[in-house]
Amino acid sequence: MSARGLAAAVRSGERSARSVVDEHLETIRSGEPEIHAFNLVLADEALAAADEVDRRVAAGEDPGPLAGVPVALKDNLCTRGVPTTCSSRILEGWLPPYDATVVERLAAAGAVVVGKTNLDEFAMGSSTENSAFGVTHNPLDPTRVPGGSSGGSAAAVAAGFAPLALGSDTGGSIRQPAALCGVVGVKPTYGAVSRYGLVAFASSLDQIGPLTRTVSDAAMLLEAIGGHDPRDSTSIPEPAASLTEVLDRGVEGLRIGVIEELSGNGLEGIADDVRSRLGEAASVLDTAGATVETTSVPSTVYGLSAYYVIAPAEASSNLARYDGVRYGLRIDAPNTGDMNTATRTAGFGNEVKRRIMLGTYALSAGYYDAYYGKSQKVRTLIVQDFARAYEEFDLLLCPTAPTTAFPIGEKTADPMTMYLNDVCTIPSNLAGHPAMSVPFGVGDDGMPVGVQILAPAMGEPTMFQAAAVLESAGSRS
Amino acid sequence: MTERITRDHVAHVADLARLTLSDAELDAFTGQLADVLDHAADLEALDLTDVLPTAHPLPLVNVFRADEPGPTSDRDEVLAAAPAVEEEQFRVPPVLGEEP
Amino acid sequence: MNVEAIAPETVPGWETVIGLEVHAELATATKLFSSAPNRFGGQPNTNVDPVSLGLPGSLPVLNEQAVELAIRVGLALNCQVQRSVFSRKNYFYPDMPKDFQISQYDLPINGEGWLELPDGHRVGIERAHLEEDTGKSTHVGGGGRIHEAGYSLVDYNRAGVPLIEIVGAPDLRSAEEARSYVAELRAILVTIGASDGKMEEGSMRVDCNVSVRPVGQAEFGTRCEIKNINSLRSLGRAISYEARRQVDLITSGERVEQQTRHWNEDEGRTHKLRSKEEAYDYRYFPEPDLVPVEPSDEWIDAIRAALPMLPRERRLRLAEAASIDTSAAALTVERGLDDLAVDAIAEGADAPRVLVHAENNLADGAGRLDGASFAALVKMETGGDLTATQTKTVLATLVAEGGEPAIVAADLGFEAMDIGEMEVLVDRLIAEHPDDWTAFISGDEQERKKKSGFFVGQVMKATNGKADGRAVNELLAHRARS
Ligand SMILES: [Mg+2]
Ligand SMILES: [Zn+2]
Repeated sequence: MSARGLAAAVRSGERSARSVVDEHLETIRSGEPEIHAFNLVLADEALAAADEVDRRVAAGEDPGPLAGVPVALKDNLCTRGVPTTCSSRILEGWLPPYDATVVERLAAAGAVVVGKTNLDEFAMGSSTENSAFGVTHNPLDPTRVPGGSSGGSAAAVAAGFAPLALGSDTGGSIRQPAALCGVVGVKPTYGAVSRYGLVAFASSLDQIGPLTRTVSDAAMLLEAIGGHDPRDSTSIPEPAASLTEVLDRGVEGLRIGVIEELSGNGLEGIADDVRSRLGEAASVLDTAGATVETTSVPSTVYGLSAYYVIAPAEASSNLARYDGVRYGLRIDAPNTGDMNTATRTAGFGNEVKRRIMLGTYALSAGYYDAYYGKSQKVRTLIVQDFARAYEEFDLLLCPTAPTTAFPIGEKTADPMTMYLNDVCTIPSNLAGHPAMSVPFGVGDDGMPVGVQILAPAMGEPTMFQAAAVLESAGSRS
Repeated sequence: MTERITRDHVAHVADLARLTLSDAELDAFTGQLADVLDHAADLEALDLTDVLPTAHPLPLVNVFRADEPGPTSDRDEVLAAAPAVEEEQFRVPPVLGEEP
Repeated sequence: MNVEAIAPETVPGWETVIGLEVHAELATATKLFSSAPNRFGGQPNTNVDPVSLGLPGSLPVLNEQAVELAIRVGLALNCQVQRSVFSRKNYFYPDMPKDFQISQYDLPINGEGWLELPDGHRVGIERAHLEEDTGKSTHVGGGGRIHEAGYSLVDYNRAGVPLIEIVGAPDLRSAEEARSYVAELRAILVTIGASDGKMEEGSMRVDCNVSVRPVGQAEFGTRCEIKNINSLRSLGRAISYEARRQVDLITSGERVEQQTRHWNEDEGRTHKLRSKEEAYDYRYFPEPDLVPVEPSDEWIDAIRAALPMLPRERRLRLAEAASIDTSAAALTVERGLDDLAVDAIAEGADAPRVLVHAENNLADGAGRLDGASFAALVKMETGGDLTATQTKTVLATLVAEGGEPAIVAADLGFEAMDIGEMEVLVDRLIAEHPDDWTAFISGDEQERKKKSGFFVGQVMKATNGKADGRAVNELLAHRARS
């Protein structure tokens, strides 16, 4: 059942929140051993929260729009007094003394947190294989990856452990796992959702967003968590956009461009089946009344290169604080410098080390201009190219990921091959624009394919209109 | 064309980032970092002469907070998270050298 | 070697070039990027929150008042106030919770400006930018010395306190000038309410770049940066030592190496911290968690309009009123007595006497004295109604209790002594002390001075200080001639 349906049932008293949560905890109990979506299941806390929702309903108080709906949180979102690990040994034992803004807002909306989900360590990865606590398996085929880095959240939704999950998306980490697990994933406009309490990977790119089974649930969830937060200086000073009310507006009259560079023949290995589904999605939108044309956004092909300089650069600085002094892991050594080094060497996994070193190098004296400086300029080109495209089009379309879910272990040996997974999702992060992945049919292997809808900054309502159209067509197909 | 990253560069960068690498790791990371940076070499084709850098996707400026005291953290909670504590402070091994 | 005895600027043929970087804590209620209190001292780790501890997921939000104070500093230092961007300065240190410092790099809030010393010499300001302070470590064991400590304890109460870093141009040429610069800067910061400027409490800290060159050489010598200067006294000593060290190196055929050096107050010497080659690679880049600061012209104008009169303007005003140069006005301004002095002079009081009283008799402040009474008092003095000693006594009463000078003088029984009465008294004293009188008439200048002191003292004794010392001297001189 959808989150919307569950919330309505709980709000009306037709079902108790406890029964809803119980049912999901039961599904987790039976499915989790195979999937490993969670780092931590919060059964007792969830039941207590459900009882509180039921008490409110009984007392005639408003239990909130997401009353009693189970939600899974990516384990890089701070939860007061509850371990927040980022799937890293370095945060071992850390209990945040505060809740992330999104966590507060979920509680205020009546949602019930059922657990903290697995991720690639510090959200660095595209397969959730880079977790210190083991890999997460794709619920649709456990021999395959769920995508990443929000693979635990995507798997939790796909497995029915929770109808709602939050992930974070720095270069595609919500959308790519959503595509690989056959769920809806949204990366909102940069600044639309507060980052307060999201453990930073790359601050100028990170955004929190929903992973859900339906477009409508994603809209509800985004409405609940979005809107201005004075604790985040990069938060847009506007209330959350109304999305649930635009879902039935259709795409009549919308101009939609298919990004040639990100869906054309052979580029960065976009698979044929993925390209076919994209073509079909374009036809669906066309049939529904939109004008769909191929268009060029030339600099998007440079996004990957710029991203793998900018994101590691910011990460190298953001992750410096894990030094063994104030919280988390400490490996003792005779002096503080050696203690820092021993702690970081033992506490970080290889992918994190790789990106820290890459970013440190890109910022270091003598290389800044060649790498970081140049990448920032490429970012400008991408912003400019998108701006030009959005003069002609309301929305843009391309695949979410180049392929369907790949087998566990297939890409772990070669980081660059793994990084190529993000080629279609990265440009939106660099531009700060919203984008979402909507499941649309399956590939030759029977695994789900995601189609990505891109919109200009604050263009979420239009983006959701198109997503709703694709969803209803996809579910018919 | 920017020079290719070397083993020495990687060793230096690991040092800056406070990481220790074994010889085998140093070799592996050097190759992997070089691969990623080689991919970034496609940027050399672009003419970026008159392009300004974008550090941030948002056009916001002047985001301020009023100078009003807010809640402070509970010290016991804060110190409970620390690996070592003495006299209500964070205890660390001797610090070699002064602040750079 | 006694370094204090040999001031470097006295080494013939050599010139010292000094540029100072001053960090001052801004007088805000809260930290630069969080609402934790900006408070001195207190129990360790009590003025902290997730931001000051650099906890994962915490984010900085800029304190508007810190920006306003920084703009005040910029305007007071005649700087270009401009669009600015925060950057991260990356280095590992346990005092620094995030292992990077949020500072300003290529786009500081205040660009070039200048500061004028009391002697009128202008010193360039290269920039004045905002940044956050670090926490504090206590090194335990080894007598508190960092190198010998058994371990260290870190308190983050100070972490995140707003600092303004004022980078001065290498325009200073002596230890004395450097001290004068710091004193002036401190006076400005205190006057505009930007900082309490307390060096001894660490709310104002000075790093010092020193180089030497032969007099007449245009290019600068290789400089060394000296850290850990905690008082004006150590600033002077450190510069003297360091300049001397560099001159000695060069004159003995060696070269000065660009270094960061540490001033050791107990040993009275600097020692090497690190060389240029060991300089840290800070990997500055724009802070992605903050947005640019673009102060509007309206805001800047409003801040400018609300600025109090600065020490330089005060010196100029007093100098003009009293027809003196600005150096001569400095002490009165420094003591905050210039309003009173200017008022008194405007009321027609004799400027030199006003300044003499301000400099000598009002060191502890003017209390309840106002300009009008001050002027009235000085007029009584210069008009011969009160002696200098009486004036001083009346002044002390006015400072402590206020009141009308004429009434206070009358209450104290100070009436001008009749000149005829004084003649009788002086003649009697001459007759009573013939030997002293002979010594007065025929002695050398020194003897004459001594004896005039004796006679004035006798007159004062006999009149309970009512007599005017100058009038007595005149009378003695007259008798001697006749
Ligand atoms: Mg400095
Ligand atoms: Zn500084």
